[in-house]
Amino acid sequence: MLDNLNLLALAPLLNIQLLLDGIFIGAIFALAGYGLALVWGVMNVKNLCQGEYVIMGGYFAWYAGTIGIHPILAMPVAVVVMFGFGWVIYRVIISRVVDKDMFTSLLATFGLAIVIQQGLNLAFGPEVQIAQSGLETRSFFDGAVTVSEIRFVSFVICCVLASLIVLFMKNSRMGQAIRATAQDARAARVMGIDTDRVYAFTYALNCAICAAAGVLISMIWVIQPFYGLTHSIRSFVIVTAAGFGNLPGVILAAFGIGVAEQFGGFILGAELQQATVVGILLLVLIWRQALMSRRRQALA
Amino acid sequence: MSNLIEVRGVTKTFGGVVANRDISIDVAPGQITGLIGPNGSGKTTLFNSIVGYHPIDEGSIKFKGKEISKLRVQQIARLGMVRTFQQTRIYGKLSGINNMLISVPHRNASFGDMFRPYGHEHRERAEHLLEFVGLYQKRKLPSGDLSFGQQKLLEFAMALMNEPEILLLDEPTAGINPTLINGLIDRLKRANSEFGITLFVIEHNMRVIMNLAHEIYCLAHGELLASGPPEKIQNDQRVIDAYLGAH
Amino acid sequence: MTTDTTTASLAVREAASGTARRRITRNDVMMYAAILVFGIVAPIIFPNYTYQIAVLWLMVLFAQTWDLVGGQMGYNSLGNIFFFGAGMYICTVTQIGLFTDVGAYTSSSDGGQFEFSTEQYYIGVAVGLVLAAIGASVLAVMLGWIVFGLRGPYFAIGTLGIALGAGELVGAWEWVGGGGGIPIPVYPGSGDGKAFFYYALCFGTAVATFAFLKWLYSTRFGLAINAIRDDEEKAEAMGIHTLRHKTVAWAISAFFLGIAGGLFGNMTGFIEPLEVAFPVITFGIFMVAMALLGGKGTMWGPVLGAVLFHIIKETTWTYFLGWQWVALGVIIILNIMFFQQGIVGWMQEKWPDLFGIEVDRSLVADTADDRARGRGV
Repeated sequence: MLDNLNLLALAPLLNIQLLLDGIFIGAIFALAGYGLALVWGVMNVKNLCQGEYVIMGGYFAWYAGTIGIHPILAMPVAVVVMFGFGWVIYRVIISRVVDKDMFTSLLATFGLAIVIQQGLNLAFGPEVQIAQSGLETRSFFDGAVTVSEIRFVSFVICCVLASLIVLFMKNSRMGQAIRATAQDARAARVMGIDTDRVYAFTYALNCAICAAAGVLISMIWVIQPFYGLTHSIRSFVIVTAAGFGNLPGVILAAFGIGVAEQFGGFILGAELQQATVVGILLLVLIWRQALMSRRRQALA
Repeated sequence: MSNLIEVRGVTKTFGGVVANRDISIDVAPGQITGLIGPNGSGKTTLFNSIVGYHPIDEGSIKFKGKEISKLRVQQIARLGMVRTFQQTRIYGKLSGINNMLISVPHRNASFGDMFRPYGHEHRERAEHLLEFVGLYQKRKLPSGDLSFGQQKLLEFAMALMNEPEILLLDEPTAGINPTLINGLIDRLKRANSEFGITLFVIEHNMRVIMNLAHEIYCLAHGELLASGPPEKIQNDQRVIDAYLGAH
Repeated sequence: MTTDTTTASLAVREAASGTARRRITRNDVMMYAAILVFGIVAPIIFPNYTYQIAVLWLMVLFAQTWDLVGGQMGYNSLGNIFFFGAGMYICTVTQIGLFTDVGAYTSSSDGGQFEFSTEQYYIGVAVGLVLAAIGASVLAVMLGWIVFGLRGPYFAIGTLGIALGAGELVGAWEWVGGGGGIPIPVYPGSGDGKAFFYYALCFGTAVATFAFLKWLYSTRFGLAINAIRDDEEKAEAMGIHTLRHKTVAWAISAFFLGIAGGLFGNMTGFIEPLEVAFPVITFGIFMVAMALLGGKGTMWGPVLGAVLFHIIKETTWTYFLGWQWVALGVIIILNIMFFQQGIVGWMQEKWPDLFGIEVDRSLVADTADDRARGRGV
C-alpha cells in the first residue's frame, strides 16, 4: 500500500492517468446518479435496483457484440426497451409502493434487484463480460498515459445525453410536468397534471438513462450479473452528496467518486475497490451527519 | 424571584429572511405567559429556538439562570421544559395509557432505569391524568384512532406526565371544536394553579389568550411589538393595527 | 386533582392486574410447553434433519433480532448480518488463537497441521462464543455512533454498506485467511454427536433470545423503542435518551447475532467472508423477509415468519432448479406489496381482542368532539 503511494509520488503522470480514468468512469456514474436523483426527488422512491438496470443495459451491448453488431449500436435499442421495461415495472410494482413509507420502496426494489441479478445470472452466466468496441488505444507522454478511444467516445456520449436530458426537462411539456410534480405532487394533481403518468414516465426515463449508462460501462469497463449493487451504492453516494435536482452537483459528485475510486483501487489494491466505494459511502454519510448535527437536534 | 425563562436579544434568520430580530422576553415562574402575533410573525420560530430545535444567530436564552441556547432538544427537555407541537404529535400505534407511561420524566433516568418496569405509581398517575383530560374511557385504544381534538388532549396529558416546570404550548386550541375550547382553557388554568406548572402559550385566538394569560407578548414581522397584561395589550393601538393589517 | 375516588381505585386495580400488557394465560403456557417439547424431541424423532432444524432455530433468532431494531424501533437495517459474520470470525479466531498462531494456521491450505485436543476444543468454543457475543455488541456500539444519526433510507443504505464492505475487507485480510477462508477446528467426536451438540446450543440460544426479548419488551425499554418508531422527534422533545436506547437495542441484537455467527461457523466447518460470514443477499435479506412475513413489531410474528419461511425454503427449494433465488426476490416483492402487515399483523387487525388490543366500535361516524360535548366537558 505504501509502495503504491510512493509510486504515485514518483510518477506524476500516473496521477493524470488515474484522474482521467476517474473522470471517464465518473461521467457514466453521473448518468445513473442523475436517474436516481430523478426518481428519488420526483416520486420519493429509493430505487435500490438502479445498478441492476445499468447492468441490464450493459448486457444489451455485450449481446450485440456477440452477434457481430457494434455494441454502441445497441444503445438506442437498450434505451427504448428499458424505457418500456421501466414503464411495466412502474405499473406492476412501483405504483403500489410509491405512496407507502420509505422502507417499502427500498425493500421492494431490493427484491427486484435480487430477481434481476439472478435472472441475468441464469440467462448469461456468472462470467465477467466486456463488450468489444474494437477502437484503438492512444498513448500520450511516451506511453505513460493511455486513453482508449472508446473512453473518449463514451465521455462525449455522456455529455450529449446529459444535455438532451436537461433540454428535455426544461422545454418539453412532460419535463415541466415532472418538475412541477417534484415540487408538490398534490398541487400538480390539482392543476390537472396526471401525476401517475408523470411517475410512470419518470421511472421509465430513469431506466432508459441507466440502460445508456450500462451500454457505455460494458464497453469501457466490465459487467457481471452481481455487479449492480455496487452501482446502486455509487448512485446513492452521488445523490446523498449532491441532493436532488442539482445536475452540476451530481456531475461533480460523480467525478469525485470516480476519481476517488480509481485512486483508492490503485493504492489499496484492486480487490478492495468495492470496499472503497462503501468507504466513500460511509464518509459521505458521516459528513452529511456532521452537517446535520450543527443543527442542534441531530444527536444526543 | 427571578424569571424562569429569560430571552435576551435573540435573532434568528433563515437564509436571508429574518424570522426573529432582537427579541427579549421574560417568563415569570408560576404564571401563564402568552405569545401572540399575526401569521408569520415568528412565534413558532422563537419557540423552536427556546426548546433547542435550531441554533440561534445572536442573543442568549436562559432557563432557571442557566444558558441553554447551545443545548439540544433532549437535554433541554430533561431540564424540565416540555413543549407540545402545533401539529399534534403522539405515538400513534401505542395505546393512550402507553403514551402516558412513556412520558414519565427522564430527568434523572440512569442507564439501568431503561430496563425497569413501570411502577404502580406511574400507572396510577397516568390514569389520573387521563381522567383529568377526559380520556380515561379511551385509554386502551390505539391513540392514532383518536380524533384530532382528543389527540391534542392526550398530548397535553403526556406533557403533564413529564412533570415539567414549564410547558410550552404551540396553539393548543387550533383545530379544536369551539365547544371544547372552554374545557381546555379550564384545564390549562388548573394545570397552572393546581400542579404549579408555568405555561408559555402561543395562541391565535384572542379571546382564549386574553382569558388565560397573566402577561402577553405580541410579535409582528419578527420583532417584539408590545408586552404587558391582557388589558393593556387589548387596547394597544399597535397590536390592533398589526392584526388588522395582517388580515 | 378532583377525580372520583371510586373510579380512581377501580382504575388502579385494573392497572395492577395488567391492562397495559397482556398477562400470561393458560394458552400461552401450553404454547411455550409445546414449543419446548418439540425443540427437545425434534432431533430424536427426525435425526436426519437435526442440522436443518438447528438452522431453523438460528433463523428464528435472525428474525427476532432484526425485528428488535427494525420492527420494534423502526430502524430498518439491511446490514444486521454484519454482526453474524463478525461473531463468526471472532469466535473462530478465538478458538484457534487460544492454542496456536492464527496466521500460521490460516495460511496453511487445510489448517490441518494443528490438532486440537478435546479439552481445547470445548474451551475454545465456550470462550469463542462469549467473545463473539461481546465483540459483536462492542462493534454495534461503535457503529451505532456513526449510523444512528442517519434516518430512514440513509440508515438502511448505510448499514447495507457496512455489511458489504465488511465482507470485502475480511476477504483482503490475510491473517484471517482472506477470501480463501478458514477451516474450523474439527469436532472431537462423531458426526451425530456434533449435530446434537450444536443443535442444543442453537435451540438454547434461540430460546434465550426469545425469553430475553419477551422480558425486554415488558420493561420501559420496550415502550421507549416503540416511541422512537412512532415519532422520534416527539420522543426527543419528551426528553427520552434516544441515542442510548437505539445503541443498546442494536447492541442486544448484535449480541445474539454474534453467538449465532459463532455457532453457524462451527456447524459449517469452514468459513469464508462472502458466502458464509457476510451473506448480505441470502441470510441478510432472509431476516428482513422473515420478520415481514410473520409481522414486524410483534412478539410472535418473526418466530412464525421464520418457521414458515424456513420450512417452505427447505421443502421447495430443490424443485426450483436454479430459479429459487428469483423466487425469493418475487416473494419479497409480493410480501411488501400485498401483505405488509405480515401474518400476525393481519391477525391483529382481524381479531384484535386476541391480542389485548381494544377497538372502539362506536367510533364509526361519531366524531370525538361530539362525544366530548355529550359528556359535558
